[in-house]
Amino acid sequence: METLYAICVGAMTTGGVFLVLRGYTFAVVLGLTLLSYAVNLFLFASGRLVVNGAVILGESDNYADPLPQALVLTAIVIGFAMTAFALILALRARSDLGNDQVDGKTQIYDELPNKARNARQAGDD
Amino acid sequence: MDLMQHLIFFPVLLPLLAGILLLLPPLNGHLDRQRVAVFLINVLLLLTAVALLQKSIAAGPQMYMMGDWQAPFGIALINDRLASVMLLLTALLSLAAHTYACAGDDGRGPFFHPLFMFQVMGINGAFLTGDIFNLFVFFEILLIASYSLLIHGGGKQRTQAAVHYVLLNLAGSSFFLFGLGVLYAAFGTLNMADMAHKAAQLDADDIALAKSGALLLLVVFGLKAALLPLHFWLPRTYAFTSTPVAALFAIMTKVGIYSIWRVHTAIFGDYGGELAGLAVGWLWPLAWLTLVAGVVAVLASQTLKMLTANLVVVSAGTLLLTLALNDVQATAAGLYYLIHSTLLSAALFMIAGLIQEQRGQSQDRFVRGRPVVQPVLLGIFFMVAALGLIGMPPFSGFVGKILILQASSAAVDAAWIWAPLLISGLAAMVMLSRAGSTLFWRAQGQPAQSDGAEPLKIVAVLLLLGASPLMVVFGGPLSELTLAAAEELHRAPVAVAEVMP
Repeated sequence: METLYAICVGAMTTGGVFLVLRGYTFAVVLGLTLLSYAVNLFLFASGRLVVNGAVILGESDNYADPLPQALVLTAIVIGFAMTAFALILALRARSDLGNDQVDGKTQIYDELPNKARNARQAGDD
Repeated sequence: MDLMQHLIFFPVLLPLLAGILLLLPPLNGHLDRQRVAVFLINVLLLLTAVALLQKSIAAGPQMYMMGDWQAPFGIALINDRLASVMLLLTALLSLAAHTYACAGDDGRGPFFHPLFMFQVMGINGAFLTGDIFNLFVFFEILLIASYSLLIHGGGKQRTQAAVHYVLLNLAGSSFFLFGLGVLYAAFGTLNMADMAHKAAQLDADDIALAKSGALLLLVVFGLKAALLPLHFWLPRTYAFTSTPVAALFAIMTKVGIYSIWRVHTAIFGDYGGELAGLAVGWLWPLAWLTLVAGVVAVLASQTLKMLTANLVVVSAGTLLLTLALNDVQATAAGLYYLIHSTLLSAALFMIAGLIQEQRGQSQDRFVRGRPVVQPVLLGIFFMVAALGLIGMPPFSGFVGKILILQASSAAVDAAWIWAPLLISGLAAMVMLSRAGSTLFWRAQGQPAQSDGAEPLKIVAVLLLLGASPLMVVFGGPLSELTLAAAEELHRAPVAVAEVMP
């Protein structure tokens, strides 16, 4: 189970970091969301994974660590608020700066969407 | 129940309550009432900070457990000399920044006063907290307030700077949580005093984990403190935001420095066993390069606000160097320099704001433009702030730099510290004299028709500038205090049960 869990966290972190490094605010916000999912899972695992364990004394034979669960709860709430704020800010930047680049420049540095666009145009022709 | 016992919590509680009340009917929407309310809260915070400082000098560090849950499980607040000095500094700075804002800048956008209070709450909380997870929570509180304060007043440049600032800090928050998770897995606790005690006795298996967690936290604090590869957000953010907000933000890089003290000096410091001095190896080259990069940026600045922001980077580099030295003397000198540089950078931001208002279209750019309306007053202000920041006698910068040079003279690589420090002073002198002569002397045309600066703004600048000579006059007691604070920080950790009252 630990291996599967670690692969999940790793994959999400990889995806998150990849998206955060992109040039579009939307991709970056998505990346930050993925990162915060990954970090929530990661925090949860920091108290060691316990199967079928309660956090309340006297409920079962093996116990899970309650502290990481409390930490995750806090982290989820904060991460949620921050994502909402980042989205609103991205929208405002879109209207203030006239484009959705992280740098606010009109020239597009991000190549992947350009390639897709060119391919689509080539398909139309 | 004695009120003094709960005084520790007041620096967090007061701005929290005030921030909420400001959003409710009798105060909401009335700028005048909000101004008075926040002013009163700021005065109360100042008095609380003085009382806490007295208490921590008289009685040593005190731990306050929220809801009386026992350490290391409950939420701990710790007040020692270092924390209360920082609280006092924050209170003074927020009083000045708020006074400046009351002259009209607060009306340029909604919710300035509540956000200001939440920002102060986050900063105070970060200085008081005794466990790393609450450090994260208070970081988030101060950050989310700063995100909104940053774009107060609106404008293209502000939005653009805010996008970078917010996205970088959100990524930083994720890293913070990763670091926390790793540390919790290694230590089984997040209480700072408890971690410091356990650091030397970690299992060999957990050492690598703890190291990676600690270094992840160094990345996060480095982002806040403007450590070299992570400092690029700072100049634009500080230069483009509104003046009172920039003045308040002068303390924000210092929150990063303070966190490095609390985590990497106290927990992974000299008594950390295998983990001892973990951050020093990284801090040395990076702090040095931060200082050099700051000097280059200072020389390339085009406006007074940008110059001030770059001087903030220089002061961050200087402080990080004292952190890299990692001994009691250097920490004490760093604390003195931190107080000085916070107050004077904030003052210079305000002076830049005043100059910007009085020079018409050329604003604070270093170009020939209209003369300022009050050349004598602003000239004296500028001169005092500049001499202080350069580090010339008789102002506090001189004492601060001397203390750092003294502390580093014993180090093996003294030349590596002395050279960039003195060169940074020279660069600041070159640029500030160029700035001053351009802004005040290379003028053409008539001054704009205006009554000059509002009295409240002048009071705010005087409040901050006045601190500089006072820091020299009371230099003896103050440096004794910073030394005592540094000794507390570098002291061998004891079991958390013994810290309890």
